[in-house]
Amino acid sequence: MALAGPSPTRARTRRALTPYVLISPTVLLLIGFLLVPLGSVGYYALQHRVVNEPYDDAFVGLENFRRMLGDEQFWHSLLFSAKWVAAEVGLQLLLGLALALIVNETFVGRAVARALVFSPWAVSGVLTTGIWLLLYNPATGVFHQLSELGVGDPATSVLGDPDTVFPAVVVAELWRGVPFFAILILADLQSVPKDLYEAASIDGAGRLRSFWHVTLPHLRDAIVLATLLRAVWEFNNVDLLYTLTNGGPAGATTGLPLYVAQLARKSYDFGYGSALTTAAFVLLLFCSVLYLRLSRFEGRGEGVRR
Amino acid sequence: MTTDAPLLPAARRRAARSAGRAAAARSGTGRLLRLFLPLGLYLVFTLVPFYWMLLFALRPAGSTALLPWPVTFEHFDTVWNGMGFRTYFTNSVLIAALTLVSVTCFALMGGYALARFAFRGRRAFMLGLLCTQFVPGAMMLIPLFNVFQLLHLIDTRWSLVIAETVFQLPLAMILMSGFVKNVPVELEESAMVDGCGRLRAFLAVVLPLLRPGIVAVGSFAFIGSWNNFLFALMFLNDPELQTVPVGLQTTIGENTVDFGALAAGGVVAAVPVVLVFAFVQKYLVQGMSAGAVKG
Repeated sequence: MALAGPSPTRARTRRALTPYVLISPTVLLLIGFLLVPLGSVGYYALQHRVVNEPYDDAFVGLENFRRMLGDEQFWHSLLFSAKWVAAEVGLQLLLGLALALIVNETFVGRAVARALVFSPWAVSGVLTTGIWLLLYNPATGVFHQLSELGVGDPATSVLGDPDTVFPAVVVAELWRGVPFFAILILADLQSVPKDLYEAASIDGAGRLRSFWHVTLPHLRDAIVLATLLRAVWEFNNVDLLYTLTNGGPAGATTGLPLYVAQLARKSYDFGYGSALTTAAFVLLLFCSVLYLRLSRFEGRGEGVRR
Repeated sequence: MTTDAPLLPAARRRAARSAGRAAAARSGTGRLLRLFLPLGLYLVFTLVPFYWMLLFALRPAGSTALLPWPVTFEHFDTVWNGMGFRTYFTNSVLIAALTLVSVTCFALMGGYALARFAFRGRRAFMLGLLCTQFVPGAMMLIPLFNVFQLLHLIDTRWSLVIAETVFQLPLAMILMSGFVKNVPVELEESAMVDGCGRLRAFLAVVLPLLRPGIVAVGSFAFIGSWNNFLFALMFLNDPELQTVPVGLQTTIGENTVDFGALAAGGVVAAVPVVLVFAFVQKYLVQGMSAGAVKG
């Protein structure tokens, strides 16, 4: 019953403290398990530190970064990551947009169609690997079946050939990635005011023009944010490449995160790995800010602005 | 006159009917090309891989039939009893359930704070949440490993629960605050005027209306945790604690691939997420439009 009539000042303090109490567990978790580890990466980036050679540990300043600039494998993996992100995000956007427009129409069986085309979204990277290994395997896969129908070469091993491995891994990741885009865009499509389309059709705009002048401008912010988030996720995506090709053949599918993971697991070169991590983080942040600036993102959503 | 009158409407009707039919046919082929053809093609692209997995999981080893007939469950027996998937499955369910609970609770608390209070530091907090999305999870493996080692959490399920919670919480919270914003403040205020404290007003009035948000956030957390591979690979050494994705990777391992076991393991890995997905599918689009994109 003490709570029945708290004094006005106490009520005010309580009200002022409530949000901090509510976010405190999250803040603590993020500090302890994200900020501190991140800080230690920044610290080790300036150290020479190979786990199995502890006697050599020393502060080396920017030496790790100098080594990075001369490391051919670093540039190679960075180039692969750029190609990977561009291909994945570009194709996922195109296919996802088309798919969202299709399942936004009204037709019999739409609910089932939506559930089916969205379903790979829930599948893990390792499971995607398992499925596509079966499909790509020269002895068991679709190419084997196709060759029995007289199309192609039965011995095609798309994952073993440096020329075909890139499209092969891109397609496998597309299978899983397109639904995400389709879901996000579909969500935003449903908020386009119907009267805008009516007005457009009264003005004599056809389907294509009302898509170009009504739908696309409305989707703009959603597309900018979705492509950005997706680009970061795809850059950081290791599960699929690690299990499907393990970066091979001959390093042809080793992106920067996978290169770092391999450095850590094989050569225990923690200092150099930390330098690469720092570089990747800064690069991602820089590219993201640049992208938001260039796309003149307005943050129509109130969440960001307020 | 008497012959004219019934004829005219009939003729008109006939003319109208044939015109209507022509329009229907035109839009019919249009819809076929614009809608059902691409949709059909995309469905093939989506479903053939799933079918391929089921085919290998259900047909006997060595068979090349394109229909899994006769059906065999020997591959499931192999992975479930012989390769430890029973243990992996239990572990994954436990870890995913704990992650679900912790992410949902913290997201509810923080999401409510973000939606209902204008407090000093709110903007910075929000910005921090968004910035976490740029942290490369795979590259945090080693520093996180060190932290967990310090806390003696390596080789415990808690390391996975904590790591998963940390990486999923920011987006979950932003998503949840979108859902809270959609609940009218007036409902809560009137309950508080009626003498409820803030907590009781929240529990009695807001929480029931947040069900779609809780379902969406909770299922994202479950699926994300169920699917995680690298954290389990890095933080758990004890095979008794391993999770399904790592188990699945061992069936892929080396060059001796048992395709039946690989496919059956894949089905085991897919069943829970597919069930969860079927359950939340209708909330998914709604959930995204409420918060994620706008956040």
